Amino acid sequence: MKPAAFDYLAADSLDAAAAALSRAGGDGKVLAGGQSLMPMLNFRLVRPSILIDINRIPGLAYIEATDNAVRVGALTRHHAIETSPVVKAHLPVLTAAMQHVAHLAIRNRGTIGGSLSHADPAAELPMMALLLDARIAIQSYGGRRTEQARDFFVGSLATSLGEDEIVTDVEFPRLAPGTGWAFEEVARRSGDFALAAVGVTISVRDGKADQVRIGMMGVGETPLRAPQAEALLSGRTVDGALLDEAVASVRSVVEPNSDLHASGEYRRHLVGVLARRAIETAWRRAIGDLQ
Amino acid sequence: MSAGKTIRVTVNSVIYERTVEPRLLLSDFLRQELALTGTHVGCEHGVCGACTIIVNGDSVRACLMLAVQADGATVETVEGLGSIHKLNPLQKAFQEQHALQCGFCTPGMLMTVTDLLRKYPLATDEDIREGLSGNLCRCTGYEHIVRAVRTLVRQTEGTP
Ligand SMILES: Cc1cc2nc3c(=O)[nH]c(=O)nc-3n(C[C@H](O)[C@H](O)[C@H](O)COP(=O)(O)OP(=O)(O)OC[C@H]3O[C@@H](n4cnc5c(N)ncnc54)[C@H](O)[C@@H]3O)c2cc1C
Ligand code: FES
Ligand code: FES
Repeated sequence: MKPAAFDYLAADSLDAAAAALSRAGGDGKVLAGGQSLMPMLNFRLVRPSILIDINRIPGLAYIEATDNAVRVGALTRHHAIETSPVVKAHLPVLTAAMQHVAHLAIRNRGTIGGSLSHADPAAELPMMALLLDARIAIQSYGGRRTEQARDFFVGSLATSLGEDEIVTDVEFPRLAPGTGWAFEEVARRSGDFALAAVGVTISVRDGKADQVRIGMMGVGETPLRAPQAEALLSGRTVDGALLDEAVASVRSVVEPNSDLHASGEYRRHLVGVLARRAIETAWRRAIGDLQ
Repeated sequence: MSAGKTIRVTVNSVIYERTVEPRLLLSDFLRQELALTGTHVGCEHGVCGACTIIVNGDSVRACLMLAVQADGATVETVEGLGSIHKLNPLQKAFQEQHALQCGFCTPGMLMTVTDLLRKYPLATDEDIREGLSGNLCRCTGYEHIVRAVRTLVRQTEGTP
């Protein structure tokens, strides 16, 4: 229950961190909030030769509204996102999702860059990045690139990040004013990882659902979108019969695993229940029937 | 073994300088290097909350931070809250409401509530329970802990 020995570097710039990571040749690990990495070190599930601590790099923790997006620095703590007025104004669904992330002491340390890089299939931030079509900015010793969230998550605890790459910021396109949204989650206890959760955003055009997005987590190897159900809802008025169709569609595309906490069948059932609630709530918000 | 690093940490207003191995957990640093054994260690993976302390004003799991990361930091532990002869209001509320039995979880509970009170209104029992959800207690059934926090919140509201 104690980590194996490693070297430690408190990087003072992204360039220094990227250089050290590149020198480590796959044997180094970035240390951000430590809320996933430290347990893995304590269990000796990972044994890096060097930890590159990015906590002292200035200017890596911020939330700023640009003309059409909200940019969040990789080192921004969960608690800062949870309580940010900028996020609440432009991405209320993200504020709602953050209420479900762990406990205060974990939210005080855990970072968005760490959560996306760790890519737990039952974590809220990766699902929000996928739902909101976020763009992830990445730096390595060799240069910079960006990646869409939909291409970033490739498996359970697996991303497209190279071993010498560092996430620097995440850009979420703002929701248009009046967009309906909802986030529904079930966990065994408050703050635990979700058994399943569903996030939805919907706009209305001429009384019909438009730009429908449905994100799901806890029911696959990665967070998922439900493109069939999104298409089904688009251009239609949401009513009981349509909700039934959407729920059936969502249940038919997921293949949840069974584990200690819940069977796959239960998770499939649950994701349908949560999808129904979330679609209905988002729709009611979109048509102005609910605050 | 990797090279030791010299760190300076202020714990409960006392400055300590020590040379430590990078892999030393902050929880072990407090307990073994500084003999501040009030910070308890239950699970060492962030789940039980027993090791919760306050670093630079925020509650954190001491088992999920390295001692070297606390270089230059200001740390508050349960030893800094009050003394046996002069309990602080939160400790007093725990005592009066019987919010502890074996006491293993208590330091983490106290440090968690200290931070919660600074950051959230804790207006309802549901808010209090939500706030305490990351701290496990095997003895009390939580009822008396919630009561202690509720009593304290009401008292503080009553004072101008
Ligand atoms: C008890 C407990 C309950 C939790 N419950 C939840 C929950 O309900 N929902 C939830 O979403 N999460 C939960 N978490 C996890 C928490 O959100 C973590 O903060 C998060 O998963 C990782 O972020 P971090 O900053 O702590 O990353 P770290 O632990 O520092 O790092 C995680 C991984 O990402 C890499 N990494 C970190 N930052 C970067 C970067 N900028 N670029 C590239 N790689 C990077 C690290 O090398 C490591 O491999 C919980 C954790 C605990 C201990
Ligand atoms: S010992 Fe740190 S949370 Fe359990
Ligand atoms: S009082 Fe014994 S664990 Fe809480």
